[in-house]
Amino acid sequence: MKKFLPWLVVGVFAAWVLAGLLPSTEKTFHTREFGQLPVLRDGRIQPLDSVARNSLRQLRNRQSVLLENGKSMSATAWLMETLMKPEAADDLKVFRIDNDEVKSLLKLPVGEKYFSFNQLRPNYNELSKEGQRIDQIDSKHRTAFENQTIKLYSATMLYQRLKVSLKPAGTDDFAAELKDYEAAIGPGAAAVSAQQQGKSYDTNAFDTIVGFLSDYNRAAQFATGLFVPPTNPAHTHQDWKTMGAVLMDAVRGEPLPPAVGAYAAMVSSYRHNQPVEFNQALAKYRLWLDEKMPAEVRKGRQEYAFNFFDPFYKATVIYVVALLAALAFWFTWGEWLRKSAFNLVVLAWVLHTIGLAARMYLERRPPVTNLYSSAVFIGWGSVILGMVLERIYRDGIGCVVAAIVGFVTQVIALNLAINGDTMEMMRAVLDSNFWLATHVVTVTLGYSAMFVAGLLAIIYVIRGVFTSSLKRATADGLSRMIYGIVCFATLFSFVGTVLGGIWADQSWGRFWGWDPKENGALLIVIWCAVILHARWGGLVRERGVAVLAILGNIITSWSWFGVNMLGVGLHSYGFMDSAFKWLVLFVASQLALVAVGLVPLKMWKSFQEEADDAPLPTPAPAK
Amino acid sequence: MRLEKVFDFLASLKLSVVVLTLALVIVFWGTLAQVNMGLYKAQNEFFRSFFIYWQPQGATWKIPIFPGGYTVGFVFLFNLLAAQIKTFELSVKKFGLVLVHVGLILLLIGQLATDMLAVESTMHIREGEAKNYSEMDRYVELAVINTTAGDRERVTAIPQDALTHESEIQDPSLPFAIHVRHFYPNSAVTQVDPMSGEKGVATQGFGPQVSVRETARETDMNRRDMPGALLELTTPQGSLGTWFVSLWIEQPQHVHVGNQEFEVVLRPQRLYKPYTIHLLSFTHEVYPGTEIPKDFSSMVRVQNPQTGEDRQVRIYMNNPLRYGGETYYQASFDTDNKGTILQVVRNPSWLTPYFSCVLVGIGLLWQFLVHLIPFLKRKVAL
Repeated sequence: MKKFLPWLVVGVFAAWVLAGLLPSTEKTFHTREFGQLPVLRDGRIQPLDSVARNSLRQLRNRQSVLLENGKSMSATAWLMETLMKPEAADDLKVFRIDNDEVKSLLKLPVGEKYFSFNQLRPNYNELSKEGQRIDQIDSKHRTAFENQTIKLYSATMLYQRLKVSLKPAGTDDFAAELKDYEAAIGPGAAAVSAQQQGKSYDTNAFDTIVGFLSDYNRAAQFATGLFVPPTNPAHTHQDWKTMGAVLMDAVRGEPLPPAVGAYAAMVSSYRHNQPVEFNQALAKYRLWLDEKMPAEVRKGRQEYAFNFFDPFYKATVIYVVALLAALAFWFTWGEWLRKSAFNLVVLAWVLHTIGLAARMYLERRPPVTNLYSSAVFIGWGSVILGMVLERIYRDGIGCVVAAIVGFVTQVIALNLAINGDTMEMMRAVLDSNFWLATHVVTVTLGYSAMFVAGLLAIIYVIRGVFTSSLKRATADGLSRMIYGIVCFATLFSFVGTVLGGIWADQSWGRFWGWDPKENGALLIVIWCAVILHARWGGLVRERGVAVLAILGNIITSWSWFGVNMLGVGLHSYGFMDSAFKWLVLFVASQLALVAVGLVPLKMWKSFQEEADDAPLPTPAPAK
Repeated sequence: MRLEKVFDFLASLKLSVVVLTLALVIVFWGTLAQVNMGLYKAQNEFFRSFFIYWQPQGATWKIPIFPGGYTVGFVFLFNLLAAQIKTFELSVKKFGLVLVHVGLILLLIGQLATDMLAVESTMHIREGEAKNYSEMDRYVELAVINTTAGDRERVTAIPQDALTHESEIQDPSLPFAIHVRHFYPNSAVTQVDPMSGEKGVATQGFGPQVSVRETARETDMNRRDMPGALLELTTPQGSLGTWFVSLWIEQPQHVHVGNQEFEVVLRPQRLYKPYTIHLLSFTHEVYPGTEIPKDFSSMVRVQNPQTGEDRQVRIYMNNPLRYGGETYYQASFDTDNKGTILQVVRNPSWLTPYFSCVLVGIGLLWQFLVHLIPFLKRKVAL
């Protein structure tokens, strides 16, 4: 029986993963199909579902909305409400406010965390006044209150822009209004031109057209996302337009593109709660899109599938289960637990890989393009190292390492994603797949290795000091793992750092400029060299290498995050207030572990039999 | 005997560990210092120095408290060389390490050479214009232009070093001597209010209309010092008066001596080339619907009368032009998108990092595999 258990466990989780792919039918509004519609936003074609998820992340750090009745509302469903029935969306509690000072600024109850736009409305002037003031302050010098205020302020701005992105403000029956508008254009244009020439004009026609245009102009100015695809066959991304802009163009005699009518029909039927009509209009628009722009439709569908399948989330859950299984193995030594843990790690890593590959395919980019993807990739590389270690040593350590780093990096990635689109376009200087694929990938794999070595060292110290489970053979094995992984880290960090220098030489004209990010990478290389030479020179032994490897965690995290927080240099991506707090906590925890590791060997629970008589054997000569 | 001991010390692993740790401290400290000092100053004080000094606020003295980048770099270099000489052995097991260390030695020497020999300047060209010189951002020169001879101007350029000494400068081509009364490394210049009765800084040219205040040196990488100099021009017959020249004052000021006409102007130091670069067009692309820059590119025409070359090249992000021993990078542009700023770098040792990267990379990989393969074989055998 125990022979099959590991396969049974992984089978259950594989079934859970696959269940997410099962088709299900929607009875009322076809939300899913609406979510697949392509729009151009942040410089790239993406499905409306991505617009919805990225916006919600900025508003409430999550990809869905929790309704007051305890039910969850999907991102696309929320976006449909916001785009088409904003007066109802104003009552949904989508704004997350953590800071009590911000709550008191808006006179909101301190006990709650999520608020609706209608709740913010009475004191919105205060927020807007503060927001505009803080906007002038350099982000480096903002206080916690100011950071939270500006974050909320930008969230409300984004929300208000979404509200006018599809349906102009004040419009109710969009389809009917569109007809009135088209009828008003002819007489309206005549009246306006007569008025400008100082002749007598039809005041009714004049007022009607001006009324339309003032709403449409606002929609054109504030819309986020270019919803209306071009109609000419040889179109480029430059030809996509906002709904407001095409409505404005119509007054100059330009024909309204089919998308306008289609969206207007959807808005009207959605507002009048007519799912059948809505689905018809949606289907008709999708047919038109299929014919006119198959590539964009494909992109929308594929990215939607990626969002929907959410491989990273599923991988994260499985990493946690794998970690529990591996830790249980250490307490019970039931081999089936270790095998289950390993199988689960492999399953999670497969999902992790699918996610990475899907992102690379969707973006047409190497795996690492920003901080978010660096976290995902560091986890991915570390899990490979953990799996290799587990295959070699079969003692559960590799599984624990893989599961912990896999899980933690996913959590970090999730928190980095709250700034919006994680597939953002690359700024000019970064727009080079060759260097992103070589320099960035190697440096990031170097980070992976450093964290794996550091985590192995933590296991060495904790098991050694607090338990008696660290037997001589296990300790030797761990120590060899740390040493081997540090060698690997040296290789990747050095090559990655120098490749970075060469990229800098290619784009800025100097190989080395002492920029903080360059220095951070250099610190890792130096630290690896320190560890290796100290070991070869006999200055440190097993325990010393472990302590140095834990210090390596600090250096790596500083190089990964810390330098970005300095706010200087060419690599600075803005001050990250909340990340700073976590970095400090992490560094403190590592220093505490170093202190634990430096406790005299007599006080370690492990190695008691050898601590008294013989000193630790020196490691075999390295070369 | 004693020499041997020194050599052993130089070649020891302990020294390597100490030097590497010192390097770690300097790099970390120097990075933090950039927050307050700015990149340029921190670079000079931490990395391009033999010692790091401590200077209390407002004090005129300073004491060395830590070895600087050069000291550590040189000791590291000697350590590497000595260790290589001492332990040199050509074997499969050690060949990787030899490659790594030779690569590192090359990298260090290459960077030292870059520090000594590289010259950075910028070339700012407006659309439709051409230039045959680049300008040094951090050095100025005093140009004295003889405009008497009609169509052919003769320029005497006096470098910044000569100005900072605040001494007397004589040149056989000039009928007057230039006394630098005061040199302002960085300054703010304001218009004199005629009603206030305040006097201008100098007696001639724009001098009576402006007043000057010495300001602290810029440390920010993106900002530059605005130097100025108060000059007195004298002929054997006596003083011609004082002139104030400054980077703030771009227009030349006139000097009459007898029937000769001169113009004086303080300008960024120029490096002339035997060729000209025309800017045909500059483009700045953004992603649609955003402000995110997609690409900056300059279409230029290079004309070299010596070689008869006349061709068009596009300089854009990550794609510099290497020409005449110099490299032209797309660095910046005018806010109206009608002009480009090219970074011009002359660095004879630019290729060393490429070689050293290859050497160290192969060496590390070699060493890694030499240990990993037998280890895995053992494991598989078990």
